[in-house]
Amino acid sequence: MSVLQCNGLTKRYGKVPALEQVNLTVEPGRIVGLLGPNGSGKTTLIKLANGLLTPSEGELLICGAAPGRATHALVSYLPERTCIPTWMSARQLLDFYGDFYPDFRRDAAEEMLRHLDIPDTLRVKQMSKGTREKVQLIMVMSRQARLYLLDEPIGGVDPATRDYILSTIISNYNPEAAVVISTHLISDVEKVLDEVIFINRGQIMLQSSVDEIREEKGMSVDALFREVFKC
Amino acid sequence: MLWQFSGDAPIYSQLIEQIKVGIVSGVFPPGERLPSVRDLATEAGVNPNTMQRALTELERDGLVYSQRTAGRFVTEDKAMIETAKRALAERHINAFLDAMTRLGYQREEVINMLRQEITGGGNGDVSLAV
Repeated sequence: MSVLQCNGLTKRYGKVPALEQVNLTVEPGRIVGLLGPNGSGKTTLIKLANGLLTPSEGELLICGAAPGRATHALVSYLPERTCIPTWMSARQLLDFYGDFYPDFRRDAAEEMLRHLDIPDTLRVKQMSKGTREKVQLIMVMSRQARLYLLDEPIGGVDPATRDYILSTIISNYNPEAAVVISTHLISDVEKVLDEVIFINRGQIMLQSSVDEIREEKGMSVDALFREVFKC
Repeated sequence: MLWQFSGDAPIYSQLIEQIKVGIVSGVFPPGERLPSVRDLATEAGVNPNTMQRALTELERDGLVYSQRTAGRFVTEDKAMIETAKRALAERHINAFLDAMTRLGYQREEVINMLRQEITGGGNGDVSLAV
């Protein structure tokens, strides 16, 4: 069964359309890039999958079910902006995630924090922006979810931190789960992806595998993106 | 191992090439167990399914083989590794010759220049190393 499926999914903010007639499926075991310029509908799609927004028309299914309490247990979400409580220490954050999510693998999270030399007692507000991003990603990837929704996980961090974040995504790979990464930093994520979805003005322009694009067009996804979205 | 990728070719074919280089250069010695797909993918910074695909193709070629539970191993067939090494070398040579032809050199000139470069003995010509 598909992890994520959209059928005629449409979302309008008042009269302003954000997504129009989106049809797509994401299969388990796939790492998918949701790529599009600013304002193309990436975040809207991710928020619909989370149940933070509701569709205007059409449907969106997570493992066959409409977003709701049951699907919250299946979806692990990294929002665009850091949302972890800043007064918490690393240890309190582990407790917090453990309390909230039965699928939280505390030992995996602890090992990743140790690897980064982040002491248990360090508070989120004492961490740098890059460290906060890494810590939040560790929390999100330490859940044994079926769908990981990562909204701009590598925006605004330095290249070394980007590499760390991407390698964390790879090393937590689970063939039964899918990962959706929204970004416009394509050259950085390209190697990590199975498939890409190009989205523009709320419409899907292309869904294809990375190596298919390279084989058929003789260019990288980054180069194709620049061509398709040329200003 | 140093993993590097160019923009034009599919990633799986670049992975095949680089693992082959690893095998013929002894980074992955004959008969030795390869790291797991996930570890190789993490090391190379690539998608695990893409790494899996590259290894499956290398298996089809016979350069690696898998044992049901123990994992994947480099072939012990040294002649096969030698053949793969030769094929990689020929590809480099052909690319080099093509580049020299584009610069306008004849084969004889190329051979002379190579000989000079390798023995280090110049006859007053401008050094190629510059």
